[in-house]
Amino acid sequence: MSEKFTLDGQEILFRAGQTIIQAAQDAGAWIPHLCYHPEFKPHGSCKLCTVTVNGRHMASCTTQAAAGQVVESNTEALNGERRTLLQMLFVEGNHFCPSCEKSGDCKLQATAYELGMMTPHFDHFYPSRPVDASHPEVLLDFNRCILCSLCVRASRDVDGKCVFALSGRGIGTRLVVNAASGRLVDTDVAMDDKALSVCPVGVILKKRRGFAVPIGERTYDQAPISEVKE
Amino acid sequence: MSEKNAVPVEVLSPILKRWRNDPSALVQILREVQESLDWISPPVIDALTRALKLPYSKIEGVAGFYSFFYTRPRGHYRVLFADNIVERMAGSAALIERMCRNLWVEKGKVSEDGLLSVDTTSCIGMGDQGPALLVNNLAVPKLTEARIDQLCELIRGKVPLAAWPAELFAVDDNIHQRGLLLDHALAPGDALRAAQARCAWGGAGSGPNALVEALRQARLRGRGGAGYPTALKWESCRNAPLAAGKERIVVCNADEGEPGTFKDRVLLNTQADLVFEGMTVAAHALGAKRGFLYLRGEYRYLLEPLQAVLDRRRAAGLLGRAILGVAGADFDIEIHLGAGAYVCGEESALIESLEGKRGTPRNRPPFPVTNGYLDQPTVVDNVETFACAALIAQHGGECFAGIGTAESTGTKLLSISGDVARPGIYEFPFGVTVGEVLAACGAVDTQAVQVGGPSGTCLGVAEFGRRIAFEDVPSAGAFMVFDSRRDMFEVARNFTHFFAHESCGFCTPCRVGTPLLKNLMDKLANGHGSPYDFAEIENMNHLLRQMSHCGLGHSACNPVLDTIARFRPAYERRLSNQSFEPAFDLDRALAPARQMTGRDDEGAHLSIHCEEDQ
Ligand SMILES: Cc1cc2nc3c(=O)[nH]c(=O)nc-3n(C[C@H](O)[C@H](O)[C@H](O)COP(=O)(O)O)c2cc1C
Ligand code: SF4
Ligand code: SF4
Ligand code: FES
Repeated sequence: MSEKFTLDGQEILFRAGQTIIQAAQDAGAWIPHLCYHPEFKPHGSCKLCTVTVNGRHMASCTTQAAAGQVVESNTEALNGERRTLLQMLFVEGNHFCPSCEKSGDCKLQATAYELGMMTPHFDHFYPSRPVDASHPEVLLDFNRCILCSLCVRASRDVDGKCVFALSGRGIGTRLVVNAASGRLVDTDVAMDDKALSVCPVGVILKKRRGFAVPIGERTYDQAPISEVKE
Repeated sequence: MSEKNAVPVEVLSPILKRWRNDPSALVQILREVQESLDWISPPVIDALTRALKLPYSKIEGVAGFYSFFYTRPRGHYRVLFADNIVERMAGSAALIERMCRNLWVEKGKVSEDGLLSVDTTSCIGMGDQGPALLVNNLAVPKLTEARIDQLCELIRGKVPLAAWPAELFAVDDNIHQRGLLLDHALAPGDALRAAQARCAWGGAGSGPNALVEALRQARLRGRGGAGYPTALKWESCRNAPLAAGKERIVVCNADEGEPGTFKDRVLLNTQADLVFEGMTVAAHALGAKRGFLYLRGEYRYLLEPLQAVLDRRRAAGLLGRAILGVAGADFDIEIHLGAGAYVCGEESALIESLEGKRGTPRNRPPFPVTNGYLDQPTVVDNVETFACAALIAQHGGECFAGIGTAESTGTKLLSISGDVARPGIYEFPFGVTVGEVLAACGAVDTQAVQVGGPSGTCLGVAEFGRRIAFEDVPSAGAFMVFDSRRDMFEVARNFTHFFAHESCGFCTPCRVGTPLLKNLMDKLANGHGSPYDFAEIENMNHLLRQMSHCGLGHSACNPVLDTIARFRPAYERRLSNQSFEPAFDLDRALAPARQMTGRDDEGAHLSIHCEEDQ
């Protein structure tokens, strides 16, 4: 590990094959991200991790690190663009943080706080997305889905199943479960599936555990997301 | 129509057999299933999960992606009117209404008896003979009121499509000007024999290849839009390492989804041999054994004629085993149809679709030339590019390079539609000016030309001296003409609806940004715009351009920015106010309540505007 690039002026060492965000995380630097998770194959869809590499916009979770790259991330321009992406994610779904069980543990909410998103700015789409309470142990509230596909990847790559998948297209893209009935209870999901524990927002919720940790003592109540190790 | 829960095994079995129970043919299997059963029902998906060993969610994900696949009943006759601006200018809206009224059906819904549905779709590649529609994916062009009435009679009489008069489906070529490509005198096999004389079949990686060198000398650049040097692409694919059991793949991109483009349709209808010959030349250069033609679903009617050409070529020893009698020269071509997704023209999305998946553009690198179809080195080229390659194999690169401009050699097929006397196909040497093209097709009083479709460039009168060439105004082939009667704001608004409809939904900026842009344009159209909205459009453009995952998102703002720059008064007429205006209109929001109560009197309206209250 001797090659390096710079991130906002700071030198970052990397191993061959690492992406920019991996090398940055190893060095303790935070690049905002939502669809990336160190345990899964990068997807590159939310675009929140976009940085400039030698002046060009690139998603840092899918771009290989290379020696000599000049990477900028924490700039007002990029953070402004990220705020717009966050606003888009908020208005696309139905997010009522004060009544959401995930409040304080939600990466979307925490990232929006960290980047100073003050208003949704755009008109809400108010999509109609019925919840799925069919399963005795798990609730799915699709209103909050940001289509990051982490649950899809976890189910496929770790659990060796296909409990979750994306269907639809464009603004009509939606999460579906692996059953003709469309109900989670009819799928092959198991309570120890990795897919049940990766949702960055409040879609996949274990029932009757919502307020085990009181509001005020949750992950991002304790420290901003930029300082919480993944 | 099938009963809700019955799985007609007699329908599924032959389809599955034809596609070898191959999960990577899922898109083709779903298409054939729908052609037989009208829709893709849950029990059918269930049966496919067992036959293809695919999870239910995966099949539902794929079926849900393509706009021509229906996971809910959509009627036995599924009518889709082309909704490009050119069709609208030709009066499509009145014809849609006529059909809906005539058949008692609401646009976008299924008729109460479940017999039919009427809706709109993006451009179907019939811009020179519109208005046009698809019925169960078969094109019916040249619509008139009389033709609509005739279709209504056939539908009402439940006449099977196969028994409809053939003239309804007759599509014209409308070729008005020929050059190099449309006037060639090659017989099937000529270019292959010439290729064989240049160098031996295959042998990838073993130094320079004479065919690639000929392309280099010709300075051929891809005709699908980006203008990438074809020699470089073929060479990278040739040089890509092959893992055990892998082979090189040749793909012809006939998705032709850019609104206003129809030249690939005419090439495939009139020059299919030349196109397949070009693909076989590529196989020769790469040592490829397998090729695909990815044909847009809107061109379903071309499938059987193209299959017949392939059969003829096999019988003539120009395709299949030992081509031209040369041992080891094995190459065959399979046709896959798209199913209503513009994004599948993007080469990596196209490959995903060929693999039976949702048409989502891949992360790159790696590029298709090293990791394409089923992770194998793959060349994806446009239909016209392959036709050029065949000519170059025959005549050499030099004579090709002698035509056109320094950076854009050869000729370009233009699909001309809109306000012109003679819409259709024109072949010009690269470097022709927009004004020369307009004169050739009989355009008068022209105020604007949209070159290259919605993702291309809009030019005003002052720019008609500019040239069609990669170094000036590039074009994948569309050339839509607007005379001074047209409202250029409505043109741009139509294009924003197109992009929102066609966004694949993978990345945040485009998935959410394209409908936001569409809503902004609708807000202006409803008379609720303010100067503030121009800044909003600018911001949206910046975000889409910088953050989007693929070319669709990158160019989605182009038509709006181009028309604001050239036709600003068309926008300013729509501003109701010089300060901020909300998109939300309380009175308009009450429309559903008025409809439900059957009231439309003064008391059911908010007579004063919000701003007067404040
Ligand atoms: C959204 C999108 C749609 C596209 N549609 C087409 C198409 O319909 N036909 C085509 O040949 N190329 C299309 N392209 C370009 C292809 O990605 C690719 O560059 C082309 O097929 C390469 O062939 P060429 O080098 O012969 O031009 C599209 C690109 C994008 C981003
Ligand atoms: S449910 Fe959660 S993990 Fe799955 S796609 Fe939606 S936001 Fe991502
Ligand atoms: S830019 Fe649009 S079409 Fe392209 S990947 Fe993103 S959502 Fe899909
Ligand atoms: S974290 Fe990189 S695109 Fe989502």
